[in-house]
Amino acid sequence: MGADADPQAAGQPRSAPAAGELGVGSTTMSGIPLDPVYGVEELGRPGEYPYTRGPYRSMYRSKLWTMRMFAGFGAAADTNRRFRELLDAGVTGLSTAFDMPTLMGRDSDHPWALGEVGRAGVAIDSVVDMDALFADIDLGRVTTSMTINGPAAAVMAMYIAVADMRGIPRAQLGGTIQNDILKEYQAQKEYIFPPKPSVRLVTDLMRFTSAEMPRWHPVSVSGYHIREAGATAAQELGFTLANGFAYLEASQRAGLAVDAIAPRMSFFFNAHNDFFEEIGKYRAARRIWARWLRERWGAREERSLLMRFHTQTAGASLTAQHAELNIARVAIQALAGVLGGTQSLHTDAYDEALALPTEHAARIALRTQQVVAYETGVARVADPLGGSAYVEWMTDELERQAEAIFAHLQDLGHGSILDGVYAGIDNGYFVGEIADSAYRFEREVAAGDQIIVGVNAFVDADDDAPPILRIDPQTEIRQRDLLEMVRRERSRDRVALALAALDTQARDPLRNLMPAIIDAVHAHATLGEITAVLEDVFGTHIETASA
Amino acid sequence: MGDPEPVRVLLAKLGFDGHDRGLKVVARMLRDAGCEVVYLGLRQTVESVVVAAEQEDVAVIGISMHNGGHLTLGPKMVQAVANAGLGIPVVIGGIVPAEDVPKLTDAGVAAVLGPGTPVEVAIATVRAAARSARALP
Repeated sequence: MGADADPQAAGQPRSAPAAGELGVGSTTMSGIPLDPVYGVEELGRPGEYPYTRGPYRSMYRSKLWTMRMFAGFGAAADTNRRFRELLDAGVTGLSTAFDMPTLMGRDSDHPWALGEVGRAGVAIDSVVDMDALFADIDLGRVTTSMTINGPAAAVMAMYIAVADMRGIPRAQLGGTIQNDILKEYQAQKEYIFPPKPSVRLVTDLMRFTSAEMPRWHPVSVSGYHIREAGATAAQELGFTLANGFAYLEASQRAGLAVDAIAPRMSFFFNAHNDFFEEIGKYRAARRIWARWLRERWGAREERSLLMRFHTQTAGASLTAQHAELNIARVAIQALAGVLGGTQSLHTDAYDEALALPTEHAARIALRTQQVVAYETGVARVADPLGGSAYVEWMTDELERQAEAIFAHLQDLGHGSILDGVYAGIDNGYFVGEIADSAYRFEREVAAGDQIIVGVNAFVDADDDAPPILRIDPQTEIRQRDLLEMVRRERSRDRVALALAALDTQARDPLRNLMPAIIDAVHAHATLGEITAVLEDVFGTHIETASA
Repeated sequence: MGDPEPVRVLLAKLGFDGHDRGLKVVARMLRDAGCEVVYLGLRQTVESVVVAAEQEDVAVIGISMHNGGHLTLGPKMVQAVANAGLGIPVVIGGIVPAEDVPKLTDAGVAAVLGPGTPVEVAIATVRAAARSARALP
């Protein structure tokens, strides 16, 4: 039972499988007994440096991956209902999708929020919404992942404030906040402030959780969005690990020792269509991280060397045409993630090229993971593909390509990967590389060199679109009314004082801003108000438009 | 078959939506096909699009949407173009469910290019939109 087996649930007490959590067995379907791992001595073993074959000795036979389904839509109460349905259906961890205004740190009545409130995720304006989001869910027991970056510090503060209000000790909170701002400038584009003050907020949160919330993962370094934006597997690997090294460097500059922070960092990768390329990518990622941490960063603790990651199937691979075929794509992508040794997994719903998933589609996606886990037998033996000449070659090749990216960034940064990443954001290196790859792929699809079944080959005439999730247009109005009520009922003086304190502290780069942000949140300052204060001090990032 | 004259196309995303992969690919594909692309990119408003469309004298406005806000922002974009007295057709691309397409075209959107639209269809649609606008008085 690896206490850290799930990057999102690390630090939990070791315990027997929870009720309803089934084992995967140790014999085949026909009754052939199986060892936990196979392979000649030279291949190494899972749980041994450099961890190519997995972070733990017996992998899923001891503890399955966490089935963590990403959900969020409408107002907080709507998503709370979906969360409770998912918990009832057997998910073992929650994962929150926020709407676009929230992801950008703005309130639901911001002029740009028109048409976007509650559409692509849940709308959170203040601690009142956060409380409703987790109504009747025990934050001391469940682990929660929150996918947010630009305003991560404020959203984390709201989660902490809800726990404070319910009398749950902060040290008991387990989960992950994505808080990976670097990939926003490179791929996802949900940045607010310029890179350097944004990285300060990242390291403030890292310092805060290191001191007060030992079960929390303050950053999930994410290749997922880099891949979705069009990067190749090697670019996803190289850029993501470079960002991981950059956060290590930044946290070291902020006074954190590598062994204090590395074990709290987790990763998040894509699972795309090219099966063996994906598996090679995950294996290479673990090996690179272990080697760099030991050799470059001088990490001494084993926990610092272990890369643990979450995987999500590739949203960009889903097709609007013949959407049911996406169920097959997702199953195969999920299998790649599992054979690559993921610690947690989100499977996309088949209707996501059309809209946010319906409950039915999300249910099928979860059941797909359960089929992989309990019917196929792949979880019984750790790294079952280890030793395959092809898989080992692919792992080496992806490592080689990633190392070339690190070398380039180190050149750009005159020896510093962090400075190299800043320079690459500044000079358009990342966005240019990603756009080139996306363009090449689309040209190959247009030329028929990349086959997409049901789109550019094997197209059937009949294609009935499935029913899609509709967000009630009244959501936006109700959310604004709720925000108005929060503003009306709070103490104006208390909010003003808290925001003024935040403003003062933000001007001092050595101050950790988390306590001031938590105070502001407790005073019912809204997300947009906190963002506005910080924006006033830090400025706004604007990308130079180029295509 | 050569195109008679290069079509000038403005491409933008409105509001917070940061999904610019598709828009960037379309920009390059249109350029490959001989179009002139005015790439405004991210974080535009209907107002900023109208101002740029007039200044740049474009024949077509292309808006990319991935956040489910198309039924709100699509008609608003068309209305803003009309209010400015510009007869420029608006084409929307991105995640738009098929059942929403008639709602958008009824609201005056010239065409909708959903997920998986082949490149040659996208280019032909932009050209057709430009031609139909030219044909108007």
